[in-house]
Amino acid sequence: MIYEGKKRIWSDYQKEIPDDHWFFARSCIRQNFNPGAENTMLDIVRNKLGKDFYETKYHTTCGGIAYHSDVIPQETAMTIIARHFALMTEAGYKNMVVSCVTSFGLYSEILETWKEFPELKAKIQQNLWDACRKEFDTPEYLAHSSDIMYKYRYPMSEQAKYPLTNVHTGKPIRVVEHIGCHYAKMFPSKGVGGAEYPYVLSGLAEAFGGEIVDYPERRHCCGFGFRQYLVKANRGYSLSNTYKKFESMEPYKPDVIITNCPGCNYFLDRWQYVLSETNGKVYGENGYGIPVLSSEELAALVMGYDPWTIGLQMHQVAVEPLLDKMGIKYDPAKKYEGANGKQLPKPQAPTLLKCY
Amino acid sequence: MGKYYDKLMQDYRLKEGLNACINCGTCTAICPAAEFYKYNPKNIVNIVQSKDEEAIEELLKSDAIWYCGECMSCVTRCPRKNAPGLVVMSLRRLSIETGLFTESEKGRQQYALAKVLTGNILDHGYCVHPATFKYESHPEYGTVGKWIEDNIDDVYERVGAVYNQDATGALRKIPKESMDDLHRIFEVTGANDLLDHIYTASKKKADEMGLTEEEYFHQVFNITGPEHLNNY
Ligand code: SF4
Ligand code: SF4
Repeated sequence: MIYEGKKRIWSDYQKEIPDDHWFFARSCIRQNFNPGAENTMLDIVRNKLGKDFYETKYHTTCGGIAYHSDVIPQETAMTIIARHFALMTEAGYKNMVVSCVTSFGLYSEILETWKEFPELKAKIQQNLWDACRKEFDTPEYLAHSSDIMYKYRYPMSEQAKYPLTNVHTGKPIRVVEHIGCHYAKMFPSKGVGGAEYPYVLSGLAEAFGGEIVDYPERRHCCGFGFRQYLVKANRGYSLSNTYKKFESMEPYKPDVIITNCPGCNYFLDRWQYVLSETNGKVYGENGYGIPVLSSEELAALVMGYDPWTIGLQMHQVAVEPLLDKMGIKYDPAKKYEGANGKQLPKPQAPTLLKCY
Repeated sequence: MGKYYDKLMQDYRLKEGLNACINCGTCTAICPAAEFYKYNPKNIVNIVQSKDEEAIEELLKSDAIWYCGECMSCVTRCPRKNAPGLVVMSLRRLSIETGLFTESEKGRQQYALAKVLTGNILDHGYCVHPATFKYESHPEYGTVGKWIEDNIDDVYERVGAVYNQDATGALRKIPKESMDDLHRIFEVTGANDLLDHIYTASKKKADEMGLTEEEYFHQVFNITGPEHLNNY
């Protein structure tokens, strides 16, 4: 009986993710910092798995960062997102996947709020009509792009070229994960595994043969905090929170950090550089940092994509220590090339953190 | 019943985010902002539920409501299904509408946030955009960030982004009809009014402080005192 009860509770956190036909929405942060991750995901799902993912150039920001920095009203964010629903409806799709965790949280919040307050939804419908002459259906299913990677983890692992095994020791690659707060902390039932035991990234890494390593501050916020990062005077907040996470994970000697939120990915990567410059401390082995990959980048490496084609040179922390452990063949000379093989000058070397 | 509490209760985030708070402090225990700043979400929720107009006004003028990072970690753990993070968002909205946000150092930062973020949305259609996200004001972008900025077209093209192009894909130029839609949405949904509140009150404050708009931006974006921190 108790087991049955537990199974029922757990079943609340299992998502029945549809198998195909998605309207894809990009993330502002990811397009700036790691656009290769989005493009690679589209290549995997379309060309390796034969799925239908549609995108339109008419999609814009969802306004999420401005909304959570309290400079646009809730109604504005709702109407911008209603416009995205209209684009999905016009294109004939019912499932929507967003690449950003801030968007995912906000879309989820909006859909839940409209359920509770239908008069507000009616008002937004009117706003959208007045502003854009558009009408919309809400998505039948809303996913984050990490849900998509999780959903296809087994078909992808069947095509694995470099599973998550340390080729030098024969042991699994040691993975720590960091889930963006807005993925499931507000609406635990919207995330695979819920908020306390999210499984979306662990499940992916395990399917690829990696070992998930727990650490005390696993669920602590990366520290973005919107205004706490965007205003220069507040940035210590952001840095301190990430610092707390690094100090907590360091003793467990992870080979890689994986993330689902484009913002967290950026902070866990760049603050390692700042901590090396300001505190004189480097968290990885041999003077390198701990590489930070998104779920899409991890899947792409496992499936044999070239690390530079997918854009891993855009991370500050060098990924080479991980590539070497996984036995991935790559050409170091191509790392800092531009388009069409053009040689670019290398980035300046940081004081301590090794980059190449 | 008073004017502030009634106004707050019109905000859907407060309708959703405030049930009876039992003052247990679980939100404060989990809160990353409370660890860093002299901040206690439990007290904020408690003040709002007390409906004490004077105390609410003090909050609207205070730095306290600007310390939260809106991570929503508190929402998962609150035993009463409150959302202190949403309560804070409603207070911030009211603080802007009443102009009281310029009374606190952290509140005055809304001027810089509004300029940068709504500038990005209305000029480019993105919240973050390479035209305004610069290494100079973001040194943590790192040596690789500087390299991206210096070689922007090459770096983006190599990874398949279509920066500033009339195309579908990452960092494309957002088509004019979509930009027009965003502008009309701002007008219809009150974003322009909110921005007016921010700019008018900030201008007044800048005058009071004897600063030009540019100096005021520099001040609120770059300068903060140590008194906000827990260990001060
Ligand atoms: S956790 Fe919830 S009930 Fe407890 S003090 Fe915070 S808001 Fe109140
Ligand atoms: S949303 Fe705000 S109050 Fe809640 S835990 Fe995060 S920082 Fe603290």
